[in-house]
Amino acid sequence: MKINSPLEAYKYLPQTNCGECGEATCMAFASKLIDRSGKTSDCPPLVKEKKFAKKLAELDRLLAPEIRQVTIGAGEKAVNIGGDDVLYRHKLTFFNKTKMFFDVADNMEEAALVARVKQIAGYKKFYVGRNLLLDGVAIRAVSNDPVKFAAAVKKVAEVGIPMIFCSFNPAVLKAGLEAAKDKNPLLYAANKDNWKEIGELALEYKVPVVVSAFNDLDALKTLAKTFAEAGIKDIVLDPGTYPTGKGLKDTFTNFLKIRRAGIMGDTEIAYPIMALPFTAWMAGIADPVSASYWETVMASVFTIRYGDIMILHSMEPYATMPEVHLAETIYTDPRSPVAVDSKMYKVGNPTADSPVLFTTNFALTYYTVESDLSSNGIDCWLLAVNTDGIGVEAAVAGGQLTADKVKDAFDKAGFDLKTAVNHNTVITPGLAARLQGDLEDKLGASVKVGPMDSGRLPGWMEKNWPPKK
Amino acid sequence: MAKKMKLSDITSMFAGMDVEALEGVTIEGDIEIDLGGLGGGFDPMLAAALGQESAILAQHFARLAGMFGYPVGIGAPAAAPAVSPALAAPKLKDLIPAKFDVANIAEWTTQIQEVPIGNTSADGGSRGKRVVVGGEKALPFFPDAPMPNRNQVTIDVFDMRIGLAKAVKENYDEVMDSPGEWAKKNVEKFNADMITIHLISTDPLIKDTPAKEAAKTVEEVLQAVDVPIAIGGSGNPQKDPEVLARAAEVAEGERCLLASASLNLDYAAIAEAAIKYDHDVLSWTQLDMNAQKELNRKLMKQCNVPRDRIIMDPTTAALGYGLDYAYTNMERIRLAALMGDDELTFPMSSGTTNAWGARESWMVSSPLKEDSDWGPREYRGPIWEIVTGLSLAIAGNDLFMMMHPTSVAVLKQITQTLFGMIDTEQVDIAKWIGAEV
Repeated sequence: MKINSPLEAYKYLPQTNCGECGEATCMAFASKLIDRSGKTSDCPPLVKEKKFAKKLAELDRLLAPEIRQVTIGAGEKAVNIGGDDVLYRHKLTFFNKTKMFFDVADNMEEAALVARVKQIAGYKKFYVGRNLLLDGVAIRAVSNDPVKFAAAVKKVAEVGIPMIFCSFNPAVLKAGLEAAKDKNPLLYAANKDNWKEIGELALEYKVPVVVSAFNDLDALKTLAKTFAEAGIKDIVLDPGTYPTGKGLKDTFTNFLKIRRAGIMGDTEIAYPIMALPFTAWMAGIADPVSASYWETVMASVFTIRYGDIMILHSMEPYATMPEVHLAETIYTDPRSPVAVDSKMYKVGNPTADSPVLFTTNFALTYYTVESDLSSNGIDCWLLAVNTDGIGVEAAVAGGQLTADKVKDAFDKAGFDLKTAVNHNTVITPGLAARLQGDLEDKLGASVKVGPMDSGRLPGWMEKNWPPKK
Repeated sequence: MAKKMKLSDITSMFAGMDVEALEGVTIEGDIEIDLGGLGGGFDPMLAAALGQESAILAQHFARLAGMFGYPVGIGAPAAAPAVSPALAAPKLKDLIPAKFDVANIAEWTTQIQEVPIGNTSADGGSRGKRVVVGGEKALPFFPDAPMPNRNQVTIDVFDMRIGLAKAVKENYDEVMDSPGEWAKKNVEKFNADMITIHLISTDPLIKDTPAKEAAKTVEEVLQAVDVPIAIGGSGNPQKDPEVLARAAEVAEGERCLLASASLNLDYAAIAEAAIKYDHDVLSWTQLDMNAQKELNRKLMKQCNVPRDRIIMDPTTAALGYGLDYAYTNMERIRLAALMGDDELTFPMSSGTTNAWGARESWMVSSPLKEDSDWGPREYRGPIWEIVTGLSLAIAGNDLFMMMHPTSVAVLKQITQTLFGMIDTEQVDIAKWIGAEV
């Protein structure tokens, strides 16, 4: 983004405060453009009226992210990569989480291939209220045979998840493209030998394409520039991913340099970057667990430092689980806490005898408590009090968690402690112990102080539940 | 220098774990972790609970809005002009040469303080070596300036038998009743650069071991190994200053790292002991850059701790449990330091062991039926510790307090690779597409 204040964006808006975008003022709309919560097409006059056409084009240019956003795949599972504007996530946020594609080989037995693709497409790991998923399949043309490759592509395409076609042979890639019309796969890759043919394929089939030059940034930029001048916009960069030693250090340095140049305005290399942690399997590590570990280590390094898309091999849970968690970690907006709906939740199958607890609606807190209870088989009622997505201790200190707010939350949830349960007792988080007296007054209930850490709830329950008369 | 990566060293460990893995899966409800037992203020859930503090602060600096409305296709024409296939002639004729160039970051003007830990005989101590952390002039492993000192790993030892995740415990079971033997094993077998002795039994709620007796444990460890050591209290703010002061006294002249000074205890007493008996101070705060500045300032200005005796611990929240806050907190601290904030120009330490508080690292299986299979936890735990530590290494962390031998080995391998210490045969990656795996 070439501009960073609402005032600068405001200059290009109609400045009529017409309200058609849903905002009260053009200035408010400008703020949304700057923080990417709104887009220029949300302003009807700007889009419709001819006199604004020039301003619209200029504003779009100024608002475009420094790193080009590229879409891979089609339909609802299509993924976006790139689109970033900053080198450090706290400066804005990183957009478009690193996408993880797992390999299949075109010479695999059909049943094994289909099983693996389904495993990739079906992977999920629950985390703060949603599932972390894997993104796509990279098909390696091990056979180097267009017919075999096309057959494998057809099988993978049936599952409907984004694809990368991996071959340096234009005939193989062309066969794949013919077998998967309108699936918008990513072509891997154009290099110094095949760039003309691969470039023509990218133009003909209008698909994104990887340019590849191992450890040679001049050559990489040359390829990217040549493609861009020919009208190919959706380019992904492969500077080579060496798995070990000085090669891996060079790779790390290349990623940093490319992203820095792109963010600083070198548009000729401002494209998403591909990492290949897959090469861990070429490093001569005999033990598959160790190789998986090393692949995860490489994936971690390039999730943090500017890998936008990667190709991996190990589907072992100990490899994929940290990978998807780290991508989520690095691409979570550091500017706003994640919250859950403020309401009464059932954990397990609570009855009138079951304990009633409350916590905050900060997602990390809520899901930790919820998980501590459910994983220990404690059936209970758990109220998430709206604290604007702030954790217990800070909310008590900052006044977002008070006896009044807790009472309010019970009322809004329609949960009457005197009728819904037969013990008229509430358990407060240990970190909110100081609310106890106030809560007893406001709720007219008995209030017990729970442990400081919800991890200790099971032990605490053993000693303290059911409450003694 | 190794010709091939030395991961083969840990293969045997895995082979041993293979058998254990089956056992672990069959034992139901085998929960062997005690978060409180980690002591020293490294309480992962507390850290996670406090994690949002930094996010709240960040809120004030940015207008908030859902980030999901990212404008797809901005900068590109709404519809690409249709090209008639009949007219399409080859567009790619010749390469258009381009030179790649990018400048270094000009704002990085300040060097991180170098802090030595451990005195050799030349320094008036009895350590066989001294480690030095800090000294960076750029973010870790960046090409802008050489990183003078590699990352260091200190492996934890506790002064009593404690509850540990099974995958960790099986490496230490036979030495857990002897801090000296435990320390020796960490150095000789697991390649620890340093040892951290956690005096958790001094907690009035645990064993209330008197400071005098705890000091004997420190002496025992100092005699058992000759690497530099860090001395951790129990995390009890009333007792720690006394315990650490006494430990500092018996370790006089060894330049240990006293862990920790924090804002909620008598940090002046710890600072005083560090200066008097020739030690370093770990300045520990909870995921709050401004609190870190305040404590560092107090240590320097009120307590007169020299700059080369301060290491910061801005708190490690584990992967999936607030690492996003821990990561950004460290990265912001390091960037501010490189740009000249002299209240933050200190090396950093991480209680990476906190990763074992994450349920993904120790729980037998997922509590949620909908999750894809979690696989054997014996393999999950070490990688959880590695990824937690590695992320922070990239954010700017220098010293790692760790526990699992595999985690230590792999973290060292990757950080020393990025540091440039490891040479291997170049792999012909052009063949990756056809690789047999």
